[in-house]
Amino acid sequence: MNFTASKQPENCLLGPESDSQRTLYPYVTGTSVVALKYKDGILMAADMGGSYGSTLRYKSVERMKPIGKHSLLGASGEISDFQEILKYLDELILYDNMWDDGNSLGPKEVHNYLTRVMYNRRNKFNPLWNSLVLGGVKKGEKYLGTVSMIGVNFEDNHVATGFGNHLARPILRQEWHENLSFEDGVKLLEKCMRVLLYRDRSAINKLQIAKITEEGMTISPPYSLKTYWEFSAFENPTQGAVGSW
Amino acid sequence: MFRNQYDTDVTTWSPAGRLFQVEYAMEAVKQGSAAIGLRSKTHVVLGCVNKANSELSSHQKKIFKVDDHIGVAIAGLTADGRVLSRYMRNECINYSFTYDSPLPVGRLVVQLADKAQVCTQRSWKRPYGVGLLVAGLDESGAHLYYNCPSGNYFEYQAFAIGSRSQAAKTYLERRFESFRDTTRDDLVKDALMAIRETLQGETLKSSVCTVAVVGVGEPFHVLDQGTVQQMIDAFEIVAEQEGPAAEPDVDSGQEASAEPEPEQGAAAGEGVAPMDI
Repeated sequence: MNFTASKQPENCLLGPESDSQRTLYPYVTGTSVVALKYKDGILMAADMGGSYGSTLRYKSVERMKPIGKHSLLGASGEISDFQEILKYLDELILYDNMWDDGNSLGPKEVHNYLTRVMYNRRNKFNPLWNSLVLGGVKKGEKYLGTVSMIGVNFEDNHVATGFGNHLARPILRQEWHENLSFEDGVKLLEKCMRVLLYRDRSAINKLQIAKITEEGMTISPPYSLKTYWEFSAFENPTQGAVGSW
Repeated sequence: MFRNQYDTDVTTWSPAGRLFQVEYAMEAVKQGSAAIGLRSKTHVVLGCVNKANSELSSHQKKIFKVDDHIGVAIAGLTADGRVLSRYMRNECINYSFTYDSPLPVGRLVVQLADKAQVCTQRSWKRPYGVGLLVAGLDESGAHLYYNCPSGNYFEYQAFAIGSRSQAAKTYLERRFESFRDTTRDDLVKDALMAIRETLQGETLKSSVCTVAVVGVGEPFHVLDQGTVQQMIDAFEIVAEQEGPAAEPDVDSGQEASAEPEPEQGAAAGEGVAPMDI
């Protein structure tokens, strides 16, 4: 029991301590999401892992979900916050559909709405601990954007979260081009995901690729990537070396 | 409508199932100076008659820009109209900020109607005494709505409200079938002619009327007096001469299409009925 009440300094903006109900650190997290624009729409890839710290606790977490008719949302970071966001969006889409008036929220609108939500939460020092990727197609226009947990948002031809920014984006910058075919897009995403699998400790070899086009959205069933470990540098790594590398 | 014992407050029904206060509010709209609206597939034009109280004063502002893609013309208690315009502007701005996208006019109109309805069901409020012609665009094209103090709203191909609006309505009823596919300039011309009908013989000058346009690729704006006067001169000269266009020298290239019979340009056959509920 705490007999000495901890007092905040007078100029503290954090609010009464008793409602310590704000997110301080994430618990169950997903790792990178990678996405790119291709000829007919957007391709997005994410693995199905949910880590509990350094333990790979959950191995069937779907980190990409359809939103309304036109959008696809992928998330990394705290899984429970992702589920909260899905609830917000579900309500948003519901009200949008209830108007029943031929207008509908497209990916740009959903992305902006999410930016507002994330930024407002950050301002209250109670963030949703996620990095989101929002892609979609509406009336032939492809849209791909991202929002971080502090509300940083932008659109681009290819985006990634977390480690994907460091490992996948450079590959995409070299090899992405306008009007990729579906097969080339998938190959490119798989190349990125393979690098992440090798190098990101929280990645698992079970991923899904989602596609969204004007016609609709599909998510592939989970599958794994082929990996290769027979590099000569890996054989006898300690031979003649001071350290293992 | 005669005074009776059921018209003291808005929360009292009459035995015939009427809310007299609401109906009296609609009377206020009929007393205001005329406002008209008409639309084609891609454009909507609003016009109104602006009479200044005296030569010394400026005239009432009756047309308000609500957003780049929405504008409104009012008739009735202009103070109520101003307040509602501010509400509409607020709603549009908030939507744009949250979604980075323009608020569809159909949704704004429903929000406005719901706001008006509240005032018909609270004993401490009174209905808004203003009718609004809302012109705007959304995903499905150009729209014109009429919001009345009762909380009802209707979509129209063309409509007129305010005093002597019946004359304008008669003119519009004759011509509305051609509006759907007409050009933007012809639509403005039709608006000016409808305004002229409400003036009952007075000369149509740009100083007594205001015209505003919104359309695909054209943000809502009020046409300046010079342009309006030019258009008036153009069709008045043509009407006098009765023949195919002698180019009026006042004019700019804009009015070169001032044919005496714009009906021919219309899509024949599929008469488009004004959208009524």
